[in-house]
Amino acid sequence: MSSKKLNLTLKVWRQAGPDAKGEFKTYYAKNISTDASFLEMLDIVNEELEAKGEEPIVYEHDCREGICGTCGMVINGRPHGPLQGITTCQLHMRHFKDGDVIYIEPFRAKAFPVIKDLVVDRSAFDKIIQAGGFISVNTGSAPEANSIPVKRENAELAMDAAACIGCGACVAACPNASAMLFVSAKVSQFALLPQGLPEREIRVQKMVAKMDELGFGNCSNIGACEAECPKEIKITNIARLNREFYRARFLSNVED
Amino acid sequence: MGWFLRTFNYSIGKKLLMAITGLFLILFLCIHLFGNTFLYFGRDAFNNYVHILNETDLVYIIRVIEIILVIGFALHIWDGLRLWLQNRKARPNKYYIKAVDPQSTWTSRNMIYSALIIFVFLVIHLRNFWYEFKYGSIKETGATDYDIVVKTFQEPIYMIFYLISMVFLFLHLHHGFQSAFQTLGLNHKKYTPFIVWLGRTIAFILAAGFASFPIYFFFFYGGN
Repeated sequence: MSSKKLNLTLKVWRQAGPDAKGEFKTYYAKNISTDASFLEMLDIVNEELEAKGEEPIVYEHDCREGICGTCGMVINGRPHGPLQGITTCQLHMRHFKDGDVIYIEPFRAKAFPVIKDLVVDRSAFDKIIQAGGFISVNTGSAPEANSIPVKRENAELAMDAAACIGCGACVAACPNASAMLFVSAKVSQFALLPQGLPEREIRVQKMVAKMDELGFGNCSNIGACEAECPKEIKITNIARLNREFYRARFLSNVED
Repeated sequence: MGWFLRTFNYSIGKKLLMAITGLFLILFLCIHLFGNTFLYFGRDAFNNYVHILNETDLVYIIRVIEIILVIGFALHIWDGLRLWLQNRKARPNKYYIKAVDPQSTWTSRNMIYSALIIFVFLVIHLRNFWYEFKYGSIKETGATDYDIVVKTFQEPIYMIFYLISMVFLFLHLHHGFQSAFQTLGLNHKKYTPFIVWLGRTIAFILAAGFASFPIYFFFFYGGN
């Protein structure tokens, strides 16, 4: 497949700081190869901006292979762009047409304040993890992996949940800016494995309480999160989170 | 009791309240629809049905159910508004470009709007029937409950408003039924497709069933 060249109009959200008023600014991306990734396209635009002495577009990225969860922006109204099951860095320009106008905005949620341009502060997710998304074990040499048997089905489901990279696209996609898909993945990966059971009841209550406290919205079972999740985390995890929560509240003595 | 009430301050607790009251209200609608079918059996059948509910010993149970029903509606509306306000606050700056993902349904994204129309309908509905049955001055002229229903359904504006409201009832339950099960944590590979189907079927039967009365009395009722 031979590569083609695209000329695109970008409408990019520019915001100088957390409290500054943002606005869309228009940029032209010329001669972009269809082989380029979306972030490479932005790099090309930024190089031109720098050459002209203008402030480059600020966006986050790290691994550029879809596993770190750092990148993330809303492209034409869709978190991580128009494709399903990929992060922004995995989006390639061959999915766009010559002459396209592309709107790029940051993830928008009260709990994810904009730091600059397309960069948002997602430390709210870290706070939820700190509230209960861990297991307490003695550190030291790695224990024998197979000393505690885990049934295959649970291992698979836990692994699927653990695929969450914490990118925040679920929050960005949710009309309620709810973090339920993220929290459900983090609760599920422990609830499904024996290692997670000692703190099972307190974990779910602490994490849900923290999620509420940080100003995320409530889940209304719309499913937009599942559709936009680059790791295709399923909302069956949210049902499991609900079950874990009821189990902890109604059937256990452990209270947050 | 403290732990019990505190549960409903968590977002999942709020959703639990929404699900339980929602399913309860759907159950009520099923019974309501069944009762209304007496309209098809004529004046005496319907008046007799209303009589049995209100003027026999059954009335004590009915009053208790009515109180539970009012509480159910009140909690569902209050909790729904509380959730909606919080959800709005969770995204103070809206997206400029709104695109919809390919999976989520229109009904799920617009529950508050269908709810609003159903609420307006509920108020007018109570005024036209519940109030008229109990305190209406028309009764002094000898009109029976059945006559009140027929007369109301023969007003074109009310008939159209009723039909529109039933469309929104369908849309509300289209998402609401299966959403309640998801909130209860009942999502299972084997049963969820059936629950989704069942919810949409119940939504259709309820909406079409209720809509059939104004349609019948407006278009096909020949009198007496």
